Amino acid sequence: MSALFWRDVALSFRIGGGAGQSLAFFVLAVSLLAFGLGGETDLLARLAPGALWVFALLACLLSLDRLFQADYEDGSLDLILLGPIPVESAVIAKTAAHWLTTGLPLALASPILAVMLNLPIEAWGALVGSLLIGTPALSLIGSIGAALTVGVRRGGLLLSLLVLPLYIPTLIFGALAVRAAALDQDVTGPFMLLVGVTLGCAALSPFASAAALRANLS
Amino acid sequence: MRLIVEDLSCVRGGRRVFEGAGFEIEAGAFAALRGPNGSGKSTLLRAMCGLVGVEDGDVRLGDASLRSGRDALQEQILYAGHLDAVKPQMTVSENLDFWRRFYSGRETTTDVLKTFSLDQIADAPAAYCSAGQKRRLGLARLAVVNRPIWLLDEPTVSLDVANVAVFADLIARHCAEGGIALVATHVDLGRAPDLEIRMEPFQSSEKTSGEADPFLAEGAFS
Repeated sequence: MSALFWRDVALSFRIGGGAGQSLAFFVLAVSLLAFGLGGETDLLARLAPGALWVFALLACLLSLDRLFQADYEDGSLDLILLGPIPVESAVIAKTAAHWLTTGLPLALASPILAVMLNLPIEAWGALVGSLLIGTPALSLIGSIGAALTVGVRRGGLLLSLLVLPLYIPTLIFGALAVRAAALDQDVTGPFMLLVGVTLGCAALSPFASAAALRANLS
Repeated sequence: MRLIVEDLSCVRGGRRVFEGAGFEIEAGAFAALRGPNGSGKSTLLRAMCGLVGVEDGDVRLGDASLRSGRDALQEQILYAGHLDAVKPQMTVSENLDFWRRFYSGRETTTDVLKTFSLDQIADAPAAYCSAGQKRRLGLARLAVVNRPIWLLDEPTVSLDVANVAVFADLIARHCAEGGIALVATHVDLGRAPDLEIRMEPFQSSEKTSGEADPFLAEGAFS
């Protein structure tokens, strides 16, 4: 299981890997918003919680289509399914590697982008915290979509259609936590719900993804 | 140990690929799976390791079987298909070492790379490998993983004569250690198989009804 995890982490930093690309997309998309709205600093500050979360979510989505597809195309997926570890463990290893190389960098880079969007400094902690807690759910839910569309040529759009509606709870509670912190309100409620969403996804998605992979290959 | 295939039948895309496939392979035997293109050799091999759903029949090995205890059966099988499962971004030795660790193989990769004449390019990215080198890298996996049942689908494609001999040696060694190798191949491996399984008796012309894809039905686009 650790062999698979470290291989995926290593691959994401090689040519064609997704590690830097999601982060670059996140930075560029937020910059575009900042440039587009120009000097409207009050408006930017009000948009910031939702905008940062939406862009983080889209950045995460971008790299998902390769999660199982690359292994499917070169035959590795067959060997992973026949391997000594349960398919569920393989899914967890691959999803964890995906989060470490996409979700975690997004969360760590978010304060820099918060400056661009004029997010009050009081909300930075909530922004990083909510992304740290919420992005694992994005990778976990995404793994279901990626497993369902494995083998579908140009399945990226289909993957988005499957996954984006399932991202709504994470988005709502994540953005709510940041907004509450920006308005100096209590953030416990949204954070608890966000933790709940992530834990629920962690419990369910490895089984759903493994079932989808098995069904897709037979 | 004896690998038993009982009355296996398989339906793909509304067509029955084969039916009633049954044979037994003893420990230490090298079996060749033969049949013309499209006769279902690849599907049979994939069905035997559970990568393709079967409609009927079973595959048994000791206490493990495809229908009850599929995981236990799969843990005995090493499959090598048309694709080499080689990551172009990783080096040749990294590729082999990953599969060795993933399958908890015991042997070190250095000797195996030498056997398959891959030691010269061990540190080169696999993206620069020729088709033959990639295939050798895929087959080298067989040598670093300890599993008794080998199901190999056209393993000698893009290999030159010298490397076919190396590969035949590998099979001979595996069988001498009591392993089983079932190899779908058109070429002569320089060693008579202990058992030859032909696909022709398992053919069926009967079209299956029921769950056929409606878009593939006759007249669907007329």
